[in-house]
Formats: sequence, structure tokens, C-alpha cells
Amino acid sequence: MLYATPSILAFGGDTLMLLEVKNLRVYFRNSEGQELRAVDGISFSVPYGKTVALVGESGCGKSVTALAILRLVEVNGWIAGGEVLFEGKNLLTLSEKEMQGVRGKDIAIIFQEPSAALNPVYTIGDQIIEAILLHQSVSREKARALAEEMLHLVGIPEPRKRLNAYPHELSGGMKQRAMIAMALSCRPKLLIADEPTTALDVTIQAQILTLLRDLQKQIGMAILLITHDLGIVADMADEVVVMYAGKVVERGRKYDIFKHCCHPYTIGLLRSVPRLDVDEESLVSIPGFVPDPLHFPEGCRFRGRCFLEDETCCIEPPEVSLGNGHLVYCHHVVSSGVCYEKR
Amino acid sequence: MRNGEVLLRVENLKKYFPLRAGVFKKVVGWVKAVDGVSFEVFTGETLGVVGESGCGKSTLGMTILRLVEPTDGRIVFAGQDITNLPPARLRLIRKDMQMIFQDPFSSLNPRMTVQAIIEEGLKVHRVVPQSKMREEVEMLLERVGLSRDYIRRFPHEFSGGQRQRISIARAIALRPRLVIADEALSSLDVSVRSQILELLRELKKEYSLTYLFISHDLAVVRQISHRILVMYLGKVVELAPKERFFSRPLHPYSVALISAVPIPDPEARRSRIVLKGDVPSPLQPPSGCRFHTRCPKAQRVCAELEPSLQEIESGHFVACHFPGCVTLEG
Amino acid sequence: MQEETRKALRRLFSNVSGVLGVVLLGFFVVVALFAPLLAPPKSGRDPYFMPVVTWSADPLPPSREHPFGVAGKRDIFYGVVWGTRTAFRIGILVTLASTAIGLFVGSLAGYFGKILDEILMRVTDIFMAIPFLVAAMVLTTVLGTGLDKVMIALVVFSWMYPARLIRGNILQVKEEQFVLAAKSLGVSDFVIILRHVLPNAIFPVLIQASMRMGSLVITAAALSFLGLGAPQGYADWGALLNYARNWMLGGYGATFKYWYMIAFPGGAMVLFVLAWNLLGDALRDAFDPRLRW
Repeated sequence: MLYATPSILAFGGDTLMLLEVKNLRVYFRNSEGQELRAVDGISFSVPYGKTVALVGESGCGKSVTALAILRLVEVNGWIAGGEVLFEGKNLLTLSEKEMQGVRGKDIAIIFQEPSAALNPVYTIGDQIIEAILLHQSVSREKARALAEEMLHLVGIPEPRKRLNAYPHELSGGMKQRAMIAMALSCRPKLLIADEPTTALDVTIQAQILTLLRDLQKQIGMAILLITHDLGIVADMADEVVVMYAGKVVERGRKYDIFKHCCHPYTIGLLRSVPRLDVDEESLVSIPGFVPDPLHFPEGCRFRGRCFLEDETCCIEPPEVSLGNGHLVYCHHVVSSGVCYEKR
Repeated sequence: MRNGEVLLRVENLKKYFPLRAGVFKKVVGWVKAVDGVSFEVFTGETLGVVGESGCGKSTLGMTILRLVEPTDGRIVFAGQDITNLPPARLRLIRKDMQMIFQDPFSSLNPRMTVQAIIEEGLKVHRVVPQSKMREEVEMLLERVGLSRDYIRRFPHEFSGGQRQRISIARAIALRPRLVIADEALSSLDVSVRSQILELLRELKKEYSLTYLFISHDLAVVRQISHRILVMYLGKVVELAPKERFFSRPLHPYSVALISAVPIPDPEARRSRIVLKGDVPSPLQPPSGCRFHTRCPKAQRVCAELEPSLQEIESGHFVACHFPGCVTLEG
Repeated sequence: MQEETRKALRRLFSNVSGVLGVVLLGFFVVVALFAPLLAPPKSGRDPYFMPVVTWSADPLPPSREHPFGVAGKRDIFYGVVWGTRTAFRIGILVTLASTAIGLFVGSLAGYFGKILDEILMRVTDIFMAIPFLVAAMVLTTVLGTGLDKVMIALVVFSWMYPARLIRGNILQVKEEQFVLAAKSLGVSDFVIILRHVLPNAIFPVLIQASMRMGSLVITAAALSFLGLGAPQGYADWGALLNYARNWMLGGYGATFKYWYMIAFPGGAMVLFVLAWNLLGDALRDAFDPRLRW
């Protein structure tokens, strides 16, 4: 059942990308008729078989990005520009019918609230079988057997019995497992996990994260992990994309981001997380608060909260490459040489 | 009252919620949210209460304030038994115990101005004369890091962090002795969370507050607490000074809890204990030790006999038949 | 709140049906206010009683002198104009009284809950189970006929709706943490209901009240039509329709011969109800909490 995935194919020195998001823009219109630039020209890519974490605080546009990749933006929003290349083809130009073939089959998504994503009037089994029949030409019996196998794979005890369970009969952790089973039933190449453990308790979170890691090894899929929890990022990700106010501020390999991050926001974010393994005399925090999307500042969006701010920040910050795919969007990276050092 | 004296004593506190069913709303069972909890909070300290959802930590906070009535047990605050205090006298006591709630969107009345919200308690207890009220509210606003110009605004004009600051201003306005913070930081963004945490630490010093800090986030609890109390399914499983708790947790559940928290450092390699199974329903808690269904070290006795909370070392209490069996250095 | 209210008002007036409702209602208010000018009463007589203008019992079609025609020896135009005042009086008084009672009962039930809630809600259920028209007829026979009796009957059998609605809303608002916060500040229950719970629970009740205002007038008219409401000759739309009872079927081969007897008072009634409903709808849209921020 394993995919033969070209996990890292060297292609003229570049890693072959499963998903490439280029200059994606997603705008919304609120009830007052104002335009909100929730995602404003972001670019990043997900290599085959790797985990890329999209990190940011609420309102930074990370969840909108996930939905935009699947072209599932809500009615009052629209994709205003950019490209989403999945294995080289632009998802944004596909017909709706072609897109339906991609959703669930090549790219699957799991959400923060499993109870909201599962239909309460159908059994878990019905929903997984439905998903399988949608994309695979197998008999219903075969689909049922596959569904049972999936439930077993995600560690749900007594999978045959659980096929007939309704969502409300399962605990939060079990529901998330069932969601994962459903998402992975067609062996997608990319799993988008939108805050998959935020609604769960820590001990259950540990279970689900371990499960995702194991399944990734087995199936060979890539994961786009959307989270606000830097602990989970450190645990799971290969590469990290840090978003702030609808823009990418910094991206790179996990080690570079955690140990040599250069954007003042990333630095502040990492310093402000209370840590379990250290007692901190005083916590450093970023002053001010996340701007609301109606009033994003001109130029660098981190203006007003930044300790490096000066008049140049009114201009859109340049992309600075620090090697190994480590990109920073800030005027002051080179001149100041600020780097986050290990505490 | 000097530091180190008992400010709050909770004795064998129980809160059972009836579960009703049928046409006649017959009681078919009891959800034992808090089931025989005893501990003390000393003046000037911060006691962190941790546990997963459904462990009863929030109910515990509400019951101590008597926002819900206890089923059994005693609550002694500043030497006074408040368990059965009549409403009128209870209202007077409430001046000394305040609460900061989890949800900054639900905890502020959307139809009241910031001033009305903050001065409400001051008016009830007539702490500040009417003529000085505005000045006092402005002072409080500035103290919690908000501009005094916000006084006429309404809650919906603020972000989550700012609203939580307003909540805090309301809570400290009465100069309480005990502040119960129930998941006060949980709904906030990472960068804002540490601001509020820092503010709470400062206010504690400035107003000599005592905190009962309820949270599911062990990392936050570590940064603010002196002692830590772990709850599991309505029971206290461990109570220990912070340093000891994090360096040498004795209850297997505490060990698992600590190991489950991801650390934002890719180099922090640790052995991890992933507990199997789910938290059982508080409707039908397991027999004996309530943790035995998930405990990696459970023996037969664990299913049969409920362990009592015992002081293993001075100040370090644990309810386990085999304390210290599971360690992180595995 | 000013800004919030302003926003809501802006939404109200950007809504076609809302504007229509306000305009229609404004028209009725003007008619009611200027009734003495539009249809001057004879001096020394109670203006609420329609003067007798002819000795023939037969209805007369609209003419220069009687623009809406004559029914039951009385000028329909006069009746429709002064009937507007009656309609407002019935609507406003009954709605105020029933909403006040409903708010009181519903707040007690919702806020204190438990046994009090159980008792009050069962009483409400009983009142709701009684068929209104029958009950109102029985009540008016007991109390005697007359507009005031009709209003009492209406209040007695309509307070349950606001009571139920406010109770449900209060149950919801009660769960909000700001109510707990107020409790923990030591605020008394009475003040909590008044300052924290009611203001956040009352809007749907007000909207419902505006919707009910119209239907109450219809019900009152139905009672008048049955002869239980306004006394002979009283300026009331229902009473005017009562005069049409014997002529409704029209004449031989001329079904619509007496159309004016129904069209004018009936039309007034329909527009009045429509105005309140449109306004209620628009208010609901404007103040819908999901749209508010």
C-alpha cells in the first residue's frame, strides 16, 4: 500500500517541490464593504514527503492560506492573485470539477475542530467509505475493508465496531483520529493539518502528533502543518514559514529558524513563549498587539511593534537570502546582523 | 496577614453535578467534577492548578468563589468559613476574592463602557467616593497598560489582549487578597500571552496578591507559580513546590503531562511518554486509582485501592501507590 | 453604544423594507395625530364615536362628501381616520402591558431557574394551550364588551410569547462570563438582571413586540367584528368591518357592489400590520448580533 514517492529528487540542485505557492493573495470583503487583505502575496513551497509548518498568530492568514490552496475560501472572500502549483500544475486554473478530483485524493485536510468537520448524522464508517468511493473505483465491501484498515492504522481500538459509531460517541481525540483516517484513506500526497491538536488536551495532543509522524513515514506524504504552537513546530517540522499580518516574514529550515532567526518578529515570538524546561526571571514580550486586517500598516506590517523600526520601514521590506533557503523580509537584517542566539 | 500564613483552606471539597434524564428529570447519575479536594493557599504565593479538560480545575475555582455551590466540604478564607455564608455576607467577602476569566470576549458586558465595567465593583462596595471614581478608573487603566482615553469605549473596540487587561483591571480594582485566574491566558495569542503573564507578575508584587492560577498550560504555570497542584478526574494527584515538581515529579500522570508538552527548541531532545487511551468520563471514573487505566506502571492494587494523598517529602504530596516509578530520564 | 446604534440605524435605513416600514408607519402616525383636521368631529361630542350621517341603513358608495362611502349610517373615512388612533392605542397599550408582564415572568424564570422556572413555565404552557379566540370570547362575556375589555383579554393571552422568548435569551446570557464576573464582584441579583442580563437579552423581545403590534390589531379587529369589541359607533376598523357583515356578498349579480365597505378599513388594517412587520424584520436584520461587529 505504500506510495513510491520521489521524496527528494535532485533537479539541477533544487529539491523537487510537491507544492509551490507563489505570490498568493486572498482578499475578503466585510459586511461594511471594506476590503481585507488577509493573505497578501505569500510564497513558500512544500517538498515531497517533508513537513512544512506555517506558523503565526491569529489573523495572520495561515488558515486562509490552507483553504485557498484547496480553493475553499468562504463566499465573502476570493483569491485575488498568485499561483498554487501542485506537482507543477496550477490549481487555481483548474475547473471546479478537476479541483474536486484533487481535493481529498491528492490533497487532504484536517481541521482544528473534528466535531465540526464530521457529519453528526452519519456513522464514522459511512463517512470514510464515502470518501473512499469518491476517489477510488472499488466495491462498497472493499471500501469498508479499507475503512476498517484506516481506523486500525490511526490507532482506534476495535475498528470494526467503531465503523458503526456516530461522531458523538467518540471522544475528541478519537474523533481527530477518525478525521485523520478519513483524510488519509485515499493516500494523499499532501496533508494539510490546520491546528490539528489545538482543541485537544496535551496528553492526547502527544498521541496525535506521534500518530501523524508515524503515518507520514508509512505513507510518505508531505504535511503542511498550520499551528501557532512553536513547541509543535520544533517537534514536527522540517521547514518553517513564519507569517505575520498576511505576509511571510521569514522562512527556512527548522534549525535556522529556531537558532538563527533574523526577523524581529520571529525573534520576539520565540522569546515570548513561556518554556517548560526553563524558569524565566522575566519574559520578553512583543509590545502592542496584532493589527486588525483593516488597518495593516503600510510597508513592513510589523511596524509599530518592532525594536528596529526606522523610517525605511515604510517601504515594503526586501527579500534577503541567508543561504540554504533561509529568507527574511526585513530592511535591517544585513545591517544590524540581529540573530536569535540560543538562550 | 503575613506572608506564609494560610489564606485559603479547602477541605474535602466536592462538587457533583446531577445528570438528569427522562420526562421527570430523574437524576440518573452524578458528574463528580471535584471529588474530595483538600489544599491550602498561603498568603503571597501563587498556586498553579493544572490538569486536562474535565479534571475539574475550573469547577474548583468557581466553587471556591461560591459561584457554584459546593456539594460537600469546607472553604475557609482568611480564617472564616465561607462554605455556608448567607448571600448578603458572601457579597462582602467577594471584595477580597476576585476572578479573571478565560474568555475575554464573554467576560465583559458588551453594552457597558470600560469605565462602567471597572467601576462596578468599586460602587458596590463603596470603596472610592463618587468624586474620585473617574480618577481611580483611569489610574487602573494605566496600571494595566491601557491608555486612560479608553475609558468611554466599549469592549468590542478592543483586541483579546486588551480586553483581558480590562478584566484584570476590574479584578484588581477592589484590591482583593486572592485572585483566581481561570485559564486567563489560554485564549490569547503567543506574543500577547507573555505580556499579560508579565503584567500579572508585576501586579502580584505591587498589590501583594495571592494567586490561584488555573491553567492547562504547564509552561505558563511554571513561569508564575510557587507550588503546583495537579488534578486528574476531580482528584488531586500531586501537590509540590515548583522546583521539585519539575525536577522530580512523583506521580506517573505528572511525569506524562510534563513530557507531553512540546518544547520550542529543536535541540531539546527528551524521552517522551505517550499515554495510551483517553481520559475516562467523570461520570464513571475508574475504580481504585483513577489513573490506572492509562498508567504505564499500573499494578493490580491500583485498580482496587484508591491511593490517598500522602506527604512523601516535606511539602510534596502525591496520591500514588508507586510514586516515582516513572522518570523522565528513561 | 452610540456608534453601535448608529451602525444599526445605518443598516436599518439601507434596507428597502425597513425604509418602507418606517414610511408607512410614519404615515399612520401623521393620520392619527392630525385626525381632528382630516376628519373634524362635531363639537361637543366624543370624537371617537362616528357621527351618524344618514338615516338610511343602506351603505352609500364613495362620493365627494363621503370619500370612502357610508356604512351603517356612518362615514367610513371618519371611521378609518379616527380608527387609526384606536389601532395605535390597542397595539401600544397591549404590547407594552404584555411585554412588561412577559419580561417580568420570563426574567424570574430564566434567571432564578429551578423550581420557580418550572412553575412559571408550566403556567405559561397552560395559557398557550388555550385557543385564543375562544378564551377571549369567554373572557369578554365575563367582563362585558368594550374596547378596554378586549385589551385586557389580549394582554391576558399574549404575555406568554415575550415571557418565553426572554427566558430563553436569559438562559443564554446567564452563561456568559460577565454575569459570573458581576457575581464575583458582589453585585446583587437584582442589579445583575437589570444591568447585565436584560440589556443583552431584550432586543429580540423588542423586535418580536414590534411584529406583534400589527397582529394584535388584527385580533382586536376580529373581536370587534364578532361584536365583542368596540361599542356601537366607535371609530374602530374592526367595528367598521362589522357593518359590512350583511353586505359582504354584494347585490344580485354585483358581487363587488359594496367593495368600499371592506376595502378601506380592511386596507388600512393590512397596511398597518405590514408596516409593523416590515419594521420588525428590518430591526432584526439591523440588530442581528451576528452582523453587529
